Amino acid sequence: MRLLTHNMLSSNVKGVVNGFPLRLEASTWVEKEVDFNADFLRSMFSKIDWPALFGAAQTVGYVALPESADASMLESEDFLKKFHHALLEIHVEEGALVCPETGRRFPINKGIPNMLLNEDEV
Amino acid sequence: MFPRGADIRLVSGHPEVYEPCDDSFALVDALLADRGNLLNHQARFCMEIGCGSGYVITSLAIILGKENSGIHYFTSDINPNATSVTQRTLDAHGVHAEIVNTDIASGLQKRLVGMMDVIVVNPPYVPTPEEEVSCEGITASWAGGYNGRTVIDRILPVVDELLSDTGWLYMVTLTANNPSEICLVMRRKGYASRIVLQRSTEEESLYVIKFWRDGVDDVQDKDITSSSLGLGSWFGK
Repeated sequence: MRLLTHNMLSSNVKGVVNGFPLRLEASTWVEKEVDFNADFLRSMFSKIDWPALFGAAQTVGYVALPESADASMLESEDFLKKFHHALLEIHVEEGALVCPETGRRFPINKGIPNMLLNEDEV
Repeated sequence: MFPRGADIRLVSGHPEVYEPCDDSFALVDALLADRGNLLNHQARFCMEIGCGSGYVITSLAIILGKENSGIHYFTSDINPNATSVTQRTLDAHGVHAEIVNTDIASGLQKRLVGMMDVIVVNPPYVPTPEEEVSCEGITASWAGGYNGRTVIDRILPVVDELLSDTGWLYMVTLTANNPSEICLVMRRKGYASRIVLQRSTEEESLYVIKFWRDGVDDVQDKDITSSSLGLGSWFGK
């Protein structure tokens, strides 16, 4: 699971109002190189919740991201490279996503988050 | 020669996961038939709902891959065995998709609203008793409830939320699903449709239908009937 996906997932438990961001717990992760595409990053920036990306990146030990970001930074190649790495190149293999409202844990096994709910949670 | 999709010998398997079959091949053949349009579509995000063995999402990534390196793929399945098998199938072909084990797009649909440029679905379309729908394991891959429409009718509003303004849906349907009525449901949501591929097998008549928003707002229900869309003749009623 890339941090992009973490940024796009929210808790689907019945009754949850916002459910985002899910708190990331990561025990293992790997880095895999992905082709750099500045246009993609510029168009994605407005869709990304920066504090969630920043927090998730910290969790997996990537501390190069600025704590806050605005669109003017998209001019900087250095910023885009870091954004690219955090968003696409870090894959969480084992861990969990925790609902911020209910504490419900969604496990991540072999890189795949499990968002399936029990009958009483739907 | 352009890539024809996944290599069936490299598609992984599991006793509880639907193997690529006529319907899977029909969907990939439809994507190949529409390949020129897909390559010009400048997609950023593509998604398959219900990935099963991973044959279709892998094929889509291969078909679009070489010329479009900036595309990102998501895929989901309710069956944990299917998501594992899909991971292996993707890996065997050297392509990537983000996989989520979930019901349709639950957990993704809030944040991915309006972001999908292409969605492909080979839904559980076989008419079955309602109690077989969403059973565990392989049954979930085909059991479609009344007229095979129970899961399809849950998928359509989710797709409507996920698709971008210029997004396309490709979906497999069966004559028993009443595809002209599905087109009507989507017409009322503002979508045009056409059959990309029709195929009759020994057991069933399959249609792969493409849907896209045609920019008509405030479509009046009273103005839309199956006959006004000329759908009756399409589906060989």
